Amino acid sequence: MTTNRVLFDEPGPRGLLRIRVATVASVLLLALLVYLALQRFGDNGQLAAAKWNPFLKPGIPTFLLHGLENTLKVTGLSAVFAFPIGAVLALLRLSESRVSRWTATTYIEFFRSTPLLLLIYVFFLALPPLGLNLPTLWMVVVPIVLCNAAVLAEIFRAGVRALPKGQGEAGLAVGLGHWQTMRFVILPQAIRIIIPSLVTQLVSLLKDSTLGFAASYPELMKSATNLTARYHNFIQTYLVIALIFVVINLLLSYLARVLDRRLSRGRRDKGDTPTELVVLPMETALGGGLVR
Amino acid sequence: MNVVAGHFSDVLSALLTTVELAVLSFLGAMIVGTVVAIMRISPVAPLRAAGLVYVEFFRNIPLLSLLFLVVFGLPDLNVTFSLFNSAVIGMALFSGAFVCESVRTGINTVPIGQAEAARAIGLTFTLSLRTVILPQAFRSMIQPLVNVWIGTLIGTSLAAAVGVFELTAEGQLLQLNYAGGLPVFAAIALLYIAMALLSGGAGGWLERKVAIRR
Repeated sequence: MTTNRVLFDEPGPRGLLRIRVATVASVLLLALLVYLALQRFGDNGQLAAAKWNPFLKPGIPTFLLHGLENTLKVTGLSAVFAFPIGAVLALLRLSESRVSRWTATTYIEFFRSTPLLLLIYVFFLALPPLGLNLPTLWMVVVPIVLCNAAVLAEIFRAGVRALPKGQGEAGLAVGLGHWQTMRFVILPQAIRIIIPSLVTQLVSLLKDSTLGFAASYPELMKSATNLTARYHNFIQTYLVIALIFVVINLLLSYLARVLDRRLSRGRRDKGDTPTELVVLPMETALGGGLVR
Repeated sequence: MNVVAGHFSDVLSALLTTVELAVLSFLGAMIVGTVVAIMRISPVAPLRAAGLVYVEFFRNIPLLSLLFLVVFGLPDLNVTFSLFNSAVIGMALFSGAFVCESVRTGINTVPIGQAEAARAIGLTFTLSLRTVILPQAFRSMIQPLVNVWIGTLIGTSLAAAVGVFELTAEGQLLQLNYAGGLPVFAAIALLYIAMALLSGGAGGWLERKVAIRR
């Protein structure tokens, strides 16, 4: 039994009986909830075949697939630009020069707490009259990159700081310069630590791509609204879309967990330092980027 | 800046809406998150499974997609709320998953020896929870929960996309009607940043204030 060992002792005979009763009761309760929800769907005619059929009509799956393709395009392009920019920002923030430290810190603090939607409105509404009229795809990608680079910079930095201090000191002690220590001692280790967090960050990027809706970019969310305008099957369409996003994100999270396990297996100081301890400060370092 | 100055009271009331949205959503998220966290650490297997499904679903759904479900989907089931309330419900469900994980991690960071020691000196379940485990768990939850709060605050901007008139929507309106341009958006961004920095600062202060000196 995988119950929480901090809170509960191994249950005795009476405890076991109580757990069994609670198990049966909770199964019944959950079944009742599902039944009530389905009944609600049925009573309002939302289980009718006509409401669900559009997804089987020729052309609709391809239409949604095309939306998904655009979603993945936004996500991929954002990742390609945000990851290196984030890394550079982190290096600037960790550098010895006060000017670059301040520049990077200001950038990070500004874009980490600016709502992405506001930034998309800037590129979609405020900049075109000033002569900067990007193609719609880039009106979505550029704001996502600006925001996420700040979050990624903090992840990179957390990775560097998660290393024992002695690593950097040893590098300096053998006569390497600041950048040489970074390149040969710190970064190779830090990147291994943060790879799972970087994959997790793809989940954020994928979620952010839905805001392409606000700039009328035909990604999955926008395609879905177009579909509902025609078939008036709102809850069905939005449920299907939500499930598509959740499944993709679950796969990404699974990949992150597998990578985490693999990379931590190779680490020398295994045993009493579970990776969760290393990942934890990074998750908190995500700050505003965590819930989006 | 003239546009912002000229519509100062509008911006202020939009800011209030944003704060209201964020506070109500976060309170809801705290309740939902705590309940789901209790489910996830309970010794009852079906409750644990239900909690896991909840967290995995709401942590992986894009907030916009969830808001669309609540705002445009639920009326199909004859369940209707005002736009504002729909946004609060969506955000509370969404942030609830993150609160749950913060609470659960907080409890799990209490060293197991603490619980064993509490039981060894004869404390009952409630007593050991109240005097040994929770005081330590709460302290380690502060920072993650502040992060969830900031995320909720920034996330309320998505309510603008489903028609709630809050700070981001105000910026959009000032641009469309008065061509406020970059200064308006910059001013609004600074409001969000100020709120986030203040929250972060307050969280850090609280964490230091209640820290146990060993």
